[in-house]
Amino acid sequence: MRLKRKDILAIEELDRDELEMILSSAQSFKEVSERDIKKVPTLRGRTIINLFYEPSTRTRTAFEIAGKRMSADVINISASVSSVKKGETLKDTAKNLEAMRPDCIVVRHCSAGTAHMLAGLLSCSVINAGDGAHEHPTQALLDIFTIRERLGRVEGLKVLIVGDILHSRVARSNIWGLRNLGAEVTVCGPPTMIPPHIERLGCSVAYHVDDAIADADVIMMLRIQLERQRATLFPSLREYARCWGLSAERLKKAKKDVLIMHPGPVNRGVELSPEVVDGPWSVILEQVTNGVAVRMALFYLLLGDIKED
Amino acid sequence: MERVALRGGRVVDPSQDVDDLYDIFIMGGRIASIKPSEEKAPVGEGWLEYDCKGLVVAPGFVDLHTHLREPGEEYKETIRTGTLAAATGGFTTILCMANTTPPNDCEALTRLIKKKAAEEGTVKVHPVGAVTRGLLGRELTDMAELKEAGCVAVSDDGRAVMNTSVMRRALEYAKGLELTLISHCEDLHLKEDGVMNEGFEATRLGLKGIPAQAESIMIAREIELCELTCSRVHIAHVSTRRGVQLIRDAKRRGVNITAEVTPHHLLLTDTQVGYDTDFKMNPPLRSREDVEALREALKDGTIDCIATDHAPHSSIEKDVEFDMAKDGVVGLETAFGVLMRLVHQGVFTLKELVGFLSTQPAGVMGLKCGSLSVGSPADIVVIDTEREWTVEPEAFRSLGRNTPFKGWTLKGKVVKTLVDGRVVHEEE
Repeated sequence: MRLKRKDILAIEELDRDELEMILSSAQSFKEVSERDIKKVPTLRGRTIINLFYEPSTRTRTAFEIAGKRMSADVINISASVSSVKKGETLKDTAKNLEAMRPDCIVVRHCSAGTAHMLAGLLSCSVINAGDGAHEHPTQALLDIFTIRERLGRVEGLKVLIVGDILHSRVARSNIWGLRNLGAEVTVCGPPTMIPPHIERLGCSVAYHVDDAIADADVIMMLRIQLERQRATLFPSLREYARCWGLSAERLKKAKKDVLIMHPGPVNRGVELSPEVVDGPWSVILEQVTNGVAVRMALFYLLLGDIKED
Repeated sequence: MERVALRGGRVVDPSQDVDDLYDIFIMGGRIASIKPSEEKAPVGEGWLEYDCKGLVVAPGFVDLHTHLREPGEEYKETIRTGTLAAATGGFTTILCMANTTPPNDCEALTRLIKKKAAEEGTVKVHPVGAVTRGLLGRELTDMAELKEAGCVAVSDDGRAVMNTSVMRRALEYAKGLELTLISHCEDLHLKEDGVMNEGFEATRLGLKGIPAQAESIMIAREIELCELTCSRVHIAHVSTRRGVQLIRDAKRRGVNITAEVTPHHLLLTDTQVGYDTDFKMNPPLRSREDVEALREALKDGTIDCIATDHAPHSSIEKDVEFDMAKDGVVGLETAFGVLMRLVHQGVFTLKELVGFLSTQPAGVMGLKCGSLSVGSPADIVVIDTEREWTVEPEAFRSLGRNTPFKGWTLKGKVVKTLVDGRVVHEEE
């Protein structure tokens, strides 16, 4: 089994069969991480480079562990964005890394479209680990995997995404993936954080959390990224937490068995109160566990031995 | 004295409302006479005769908006290569913007550009001086000296004059010198660090949007200031329906305002951007609705003319992340060909298009060109409207390769360009 594509750049580009293939493959790889000896030889001799232009703990580590549990050699590079004429360009960096013959480059960058740019330049596989406010496909895959594992389906579920939708690559990837698999998606946040025409992605828009949480099966809370909100998108963290944060009190209005998700890192006391992060609704740590399985699946489906077909 | 005859061509000259078969006779770099071809008027010895049968003969094009990059960024373009590109595209007169390095904000720079253009240039170059020193939007330039040195207009193109009081004084001062102020309308606060048109495409691509109102708010401001100061303004590269409506209403009220639009804003929309930096320019490509409004505005006279905003960049500026790429596309060599698409589609007539490219821009700036009337400088283009060609950036005379029209197959090409009766460009 193998994906008929070189790169994973955006959930927008994946059809339903591809999503299903990745999710079912992740299901079988999840077991590897439960073993005593957490390693399979599947990708022996393959080289994976994590090229990260933005800080990351979870995503980078999950990619690294996923590669290593499949016996690939994984190299991590933390780079800083260099402006034009100052330092090496992204293109040059990528071409130099390619010259060392990796099989896959996992890239995270603050500019939307960089994964597409590298995919066009390089003959090796490229996996988008987050490009600006565009997409974060592996996050959406692990989110959808977690929802399906917990609730047994995606079709027909009501998913609420709350937070800074404008700057969120997690939101965009999840909207594409969840819509493709038949879920209903509502995005919620202050109007300053709702991008224009987002409803054309097939979701609805709400400004008031209290109205929106009542019939949600899943609530995804997004991180308030202080570093991205230079502009005055909201007056204060205090007011944001009050209007759009999830507390145990507010959750009384939600379904009893609602799933609370968060891509991390959580700002405790801002978008989620501590009792919600640690409470029975929260599947935040399961998301992290599943993140390894999903990435193992992607490596396998992109880099696995083609002769198996 | 050199004598040239252009025989048997279909002469399209909106300035004289002419569209018929004529022979054009040139003496001493000027149009000496025009006679119906059927008269087969004989010429004496020493005449250079060109057979233009099956071709269109029109006034040389006039581009009110180019960036020649010299001095300072000669790796992107020079006066020599930029004017060669102009000749190739049929432009015989071009205005070059002030945002060079250093900017053209003083007499010495203007004279340098004029001198270089005279020595190395192929077509006529009129510098545009800066409105404010260093293009910083604070102090007015010495506009009288700039004019004396050869500037035909002033503009801080590339960067809006954000201080409304400074703009008011600039309009007033320029009025006294009969210098036209060309305004780059963009509210920089509203734009923030936007990189493409605000709308669904920007949302989908995760790129920061620039709302149409970043343009229209400033167009509204310029209109109000023109009325306040009884002066005149020319609006550069209008890209939005909202901007068009404001200009249309202002013209109806009698405000002394003119405007231009670029070929790319007439042909492309934001859905074509993807992450291709050759589609990144300022103002950005807008929506289909905006494109329709711009075409309509040209037809009804709300927008006066077409200007290329030829903005060459090298791979250093363009072969980078979309966010970080510089704004701008080249346009001199592709303008006529891509605009002919609109003629073939029936949006404009050929005569209208020639007017948008020659007679009308000349009129906007009060330049003595854009006409084939007797006595005019013999700045002429000869066009093969049926000739098919493909846009190949590697073949450009311009040093810039940054075109969104790469690979387009076009029908209609300039095959000969004359400046003051001399052939400066010829195909094959």
